[in-house]
Amino acid sequence: MSPSVNIKRLLEARAELTDGGASGAPIVMSSRIRLARNLQGMCFPGRAKTAQRRDVLSTCENAVAQLPHMQEATVLHIDELGELERQVLVERHLISRELSQGEAGSGVIISREQDCAIMINEEDHLRIQVLRNGGSFEEIWSVIDEIDSKLEEDLDFAFSGELGYLTACPTNVGTGMRASVMLHLPGLVIDSQMDKVIRAVNQMGMVVRGLFGEGSDASGSIFQISNQQTLGEAEQDILTRLKGEAIDTIIEQERNARQRLLENEPEKILDKIGRAYGILQNGHVLSSAEAMSHLSLLRLAIDSGFIQEQWRGEVDRLLIEMQPGHIQLAACETIDSHERDTARASFLREETRRIPPPNL
Amino acid sequence: MGESLVCDICGKLATVHLTQIINNKIQKVDLCEECAQQKGVTDPEGFSLADFMAKNIESSIGPEGIEGPAVVCSSCGCTPRDFKNSGRLGCPDCYDSFDSLIKPMLKGMHRGETHVGKIPHGLLKRVGLRREINRLQDNLARAVEQEQYEDAARFRDELEQLLGKPEGPQS
Repeated sequence: MSPSVNIKRLLEARAELTDGGASGAPIVMSSRIRLARNLQGMCFPGRAKTAQRRDVLSTCENAVAQLPHMQEATVLHIDELGELERQVLVERHLISRELSQGEAGSGVIISREQDCAIMINEEDHLRIQVLRNGGSFEEIWSVIDEIDSKLEEDLDFAFSGELGYLTACPTNVGTGMRASVMLHLPGLVIDSQMDKVIRAVNQMGMVVRGLFGEGSDASGSIFQISNQQTLGEAEQDILTRLKGEAIDTIIEQERNARQRLLENEPEKILDKIGRAYGILQNGHVLSSAEAMSHLSLLRLAIDSGFIQEQWRGEVDRLLIEMQPGHIQLAACETIDSHERDTARASFLREETRRIPPPNL
Repeated sequence: MGESLVCDICGKLATVHLTQIINNKIQKVDLCEECAQQKGVTDPEGFSLADFMAKNIESSIGPEGIEGPAVVCSSCGCTPRDFKNSGRLGCPDCYDSFDSLIKPMLKGMHRGETHVGKIPHGLLKRVGLRREINRLQDNLARAVEQEQYEDAARFRDELEQLLGKPEGPQS
């Protein structure tokens, strides 16, 4: 069960999330915007019959093929992919979990740089996603706005003057836009501040979600912050508010927390970093949660100047490639979780060997 | 996402999500904090999801509820119950069909009740133009049928003018 040619090419190519920003950025790991769009006069995917879904799929694929941004893009049909291949795409944030469980007539088109993925027949007919390593919303918005406007020349989107873009779920109606950033917040987690942050952000009408695991102690200390509301506020205003009121504040609090920890309890942090480095280079059984938290500490060590900046991109790549789907795809078979943990430890021993010891 | 973001009672943002097994089926409720408190959901001992479902959901959009059994989206056949069960509408026209159900929900869910963002001007122009062409074609056919040739000529001229526009569809 080796991966298909298409998936293999995706894994081997230079990708935005794994190689995009060279050495990556501290705290802000990646940013993305997605737009939900539907075709007028067609049932939403959840209600559509298979034949209708296939119609929508080919109509949308033909429209996407006209986009300058999507030349040399990879076109994948979900029902033609193996389970592991789908899982790998989820782990690379190229498709949603929902699409990965999709029926016949669902697909995704992934740009050459893997910075744009257009899902077809997920919850909505189209889910257009543009992402950047680190990145600013302004740049992403200008790219996705252009893609959307080009698609609109070929496709009759369902739009009402009063409610804006009509979506399968009323939670997305209006702009159909969800903007999010992935933040690495080990300082706030170690300092037990995450509960407070989550509450405050929720009150602003925005959401904080642990990327791996739930709640305030998500493994790896990686959190996704996104807008929740899509109606009654223009796209640019949503982006400005999300950044100004939530993201910038959280980043500042994370910086403060790190500084406080390094000043008040340096031995606690240095011990964590040193152990993480040791286990990654010498461990023989590593669950993904454990590996995630060690890699997260390595990222913290890089941000704090204990390991050179150039290794941050490498750590970000490992955070993706140590996940269960990737480990199994590399092994070319589905393996049970114990074998997976052994394979993961051996992969990480090999990969982290080149990273110099932290200068603690 | 399996969880609905909307409170089952008032349509505000749901933050309390509860799942219980009732009659061999997994049933879920999603509530805002206020409603959760009022309904005693926060008291794990004394709360039964079965009672709650029977009392609230049935009465708001159930078969004998205010919406009545007759409400079905004429375009896709979706009912309010389908929407409630899946959290998703059947087609874009459902927004019109279930207007009285959706509007109050949007109020608690979003920052405003009307769209203020991007407007697809090209699309609206194209759709408007197509609608106008359809209307003229219908009128033309009817005029010819009724042998009202003066009217027919007028419709034909208008149609030609529209079809002659560079952005008009060729069909």
